[in-house]
Amino acid sequence: MEFKKTVMLGALVAGTLAAGVAMAAEQFIGLPSYRVGAYAAGGSGIYGGWIDYMNLINERDGGVGGVKLVWEECETEYNNARGVECYERLKNKGETGNSMFSPLSTGITYSVLDKVADDKIPLVTIGYGRTDAADGRVFPWVFPLITTYWSQATTMIKYIESKEGDLKGKKIVLLYHDSAYGKEPHAVLDRMAADKGFTVEKIAVAHPGNEQQSQWLQIRQIRPDWVILWGWGVMNPTALKAAAKTGFPRTKMLGVWWSGAEEDTIPAGSAAKGFTAAGFNVAGADYPVIKDIKKVVYGKSLGNMEDESRVGSVYYNRGVVHGIIAVEAIRKAQEKYGKGKALTGEQIRWGYENLNIDDKKLAELGAAGFMPPLKTSCMDHEGSGKVKYQSWDGAKWKVVTDWIDADKQMVRGMIEESAAKYAQEKGITPRDCSKEM
Amino acid sequence: MFYREAGQFKASYQADQQIFPIVQDRVGIAIVIAVAALVIPVIANEYWLKAILVPVLIFSLAAIGLNILTGYAGQLSLGSAAFMAVGAFGAYNFMLRIDGMPFLVALVLGGLAAAAVGVLFGLPSLRIKGFYLAVATLAAQFFIVWALVKFPWFSNYSSSGVITAQDIVILGYTFDGPVAKYLLTLAIVVVLALMAKNLVRTSTGRAWMAVRDMDVAAEVIGIRPMRTKLIAFAVSSFYCGVAGGLYAFTYLGTVEPEGFNLDLSFRILFMIIIGGVGSIMGSFLGAAFIVLLPIFLDNVIPHLFGNLFSASFASNLQLIVFGGLIIFFLIVEPHGLARLWQIGKEKLRLWPFPH
Repeated sequence: MEFKKTVMLGALVAGTLAAGVAMAAEQFIGLPSYRVGAYAAGGSGIYGGWIDYMNLINERDGGVGGVKLVWEECETEYNNARGVECYERLKNKGETGNSMFSPLSTGITYSVLDKVADDKIPLVTIGYGRTDAADGRVFPWVFPLITTYWSQATTMIKYIESKEGDLKGKKIVLLYHDSAYGKEPHAVLDRMAADKGFTVEKIAVAHPGNEQQSQWLQIRQIRPDWVILWGWGVMNPTALKAAAKTGFPRTKMLGVWWSGAEEDTIPAGSAAKGFTAAGFNVAGADYPVIKDIKKVVYGKSLGNMEDESRVGSVYYNRGVVHGIIAVEAIRKAQEKYGKGKALTGEQIRWGYENLNIDDKKLAELGAAGFMPPLKTSCMDHEGSGKVKYQSWDGAKWKVVTDWIDADKQMVRGMIEESAAKYAQEKGITPRDCSKEM
Repeated sequence: MFYREAGQFKASYQADQQIFPIVQDRVGIAIVIAVAALVIPVIANEYWLKAILVPVLIFSLAAIGLNILTGYAGQLSLGSAAFMAVGAFGAYNFMLRIDGMPFLVALVLGGLAAAAVGVLFGLPSLRIKGFYLAVATLAAQFFIVWALVKFPWFSNYSSSGVITAQDIVILGYTFDGPVAKYLLTLAIVVVLALMAKNLVRTSTGRAWMAVRDMDVAAEVIGIRPMRTKLIAFAVSSFYCGVAGGLYAFTYLGTVEPEGFNLDLSFRILFMIIIGGVGSIMGSFLGAAFIVLLPIFLDNVIPHLFGNLFSASFASNLQLIVFGGLIIFFLIVEPHGLARLWQIGKEKLRLWPFPH
């Protein structure tokens, strides 16, 4: 008798559990994060913000279309080999395998670039990675969303133009991190210089860049009108301090988005005041989406950040942007492939390719002005090209411009040229976008 | 008992000169190679092949290269990663610029290019030793990576400086699946490792060791230090170069010059220190230790402690444990894992009746 009861109870429990599992579909997202090493500030901020946003969606909305988001982190240490290991480890986890891969490292992006097409997992590189992958015909699985380095370089020239008027005869110095990353804007700036009649002097800073005396001596001799800072990590505060020592006005210095976080300016102290940098998201905790995260996620002590004061910082908000785009891509894919179940990477790829986050949608998400509107297509995997400029007032970043459009015509031509060369080298036949839907 | 050499008589010169003179070693190696070539491709899944076994094999090859230079010839080098880069970019350019270039020939040519660069940067070793030489090879590390970024010809004018490896086709067969790539890597590594094992027993290898132990004495007995050291640099860089070629072609597929940074050189140096300086098998053990342990810790620590720690702390804890284990092993056995294996062999010789 006792035994029978136990069995029945067991069956009942098992039944409920099975039903529970069947009901709650889960979408798995593998996060190749890095929280140690030289770039830990960026990694912990961005992945922390992303996780917090996913927690917000789970807690406030019960997931995306009834599907809970689940994730697992894998520590890459910003190391290519470890990144590949993480990619392989995460790719078959969850109900339908990994939904997307965002390593936040150009090196790891290149290391998995060929693999994602075989495994049918979208490779999402927001603001970094392989620029010519914006040509979706040649790179169907890669999404360098919002802004590529080339687009960003054109907005910098536009910004300078808005301050100076005519650029003819002006001198601009590009102070860059001596690496593949630092060389990204060279071709674009050369072409714009030829078009607009200004000169560009390119000055390299060897990694890590904590010694810049000779470079700034050179800058003092050149007497440029503007200095573009294409830096990374410790190179940024060092450049700002050296500029202060040399007497070069920081208001005439313009940074790329890797140079424009609190971590880049606070170590420079008062020398950073007036420095302006690009960003595809803005800093600040006053946006409804950040307020919601504070209320819902941190209210339940589910927050990922150890230091809650970093919520609303540039890197953290960038992570929230990653979260917003990932969630919207899943939502879009659900519209086509059905709600309430976990989707495959291939289906989510369609979602990424057909994103349409307009101003109205951004307002609904509580992110109006927080990130630029984004509309992708088979042709265009960048989808926006807009950045805002923020100035450091000594204590925080302040937005100083509206969204500035990239010179899409010029950048697009260069992207297609480069992508066609890649396709030829690899023997890829580009997709015919008129047949995609 | 298991390892008794007594009774194994060598009746011919051939028997005396083979790479593994003891029958247990021969059988053991044959079994290891057979398992690696026949059993593992069947039982291992894609993750193990692509993300674990291939890198372990490639880093073993690079560690053998450094071991030849540092362990056998006594010349400290911090440029291994740069020589790998030369091999990778060399193989890529030979494939790209010469029509119909077979993959294996390109790989060897890439290795030879690395050897040539290695000899060039080995020249200071004739005058300087120890830490000073390490600094000179450090120059190679920085110069080569800088040159690969600076001159776009090397990466075929790619705007971002990266190269994408071509398909590997040998005799009409395309090596594209994980199993095929693993077997190709395994075959190359096994052949080169056996060659290295043999090389260190020849007069060249003995000359290296003589120079390592005391170069003045070596010179007095008639060994030419310049030739010996430069051969060591050439052979070592050749091994690193081939490892670099495999790193690009069978492992990552797309590589950037910054991937071959000083960090990687240090990792290879740690591999031979942990594995055993002056031991071919130690190179394999060291590579396995350095590649596998962090992955093992990353899998275990978050599950072991669950949500007890924050993610950042768990990540840092891995590094702390990893560093702790390295120190532990070096205290327990300063001569590396290969020495542990040797001690094990000696114990097996006496088993079950130790003194």
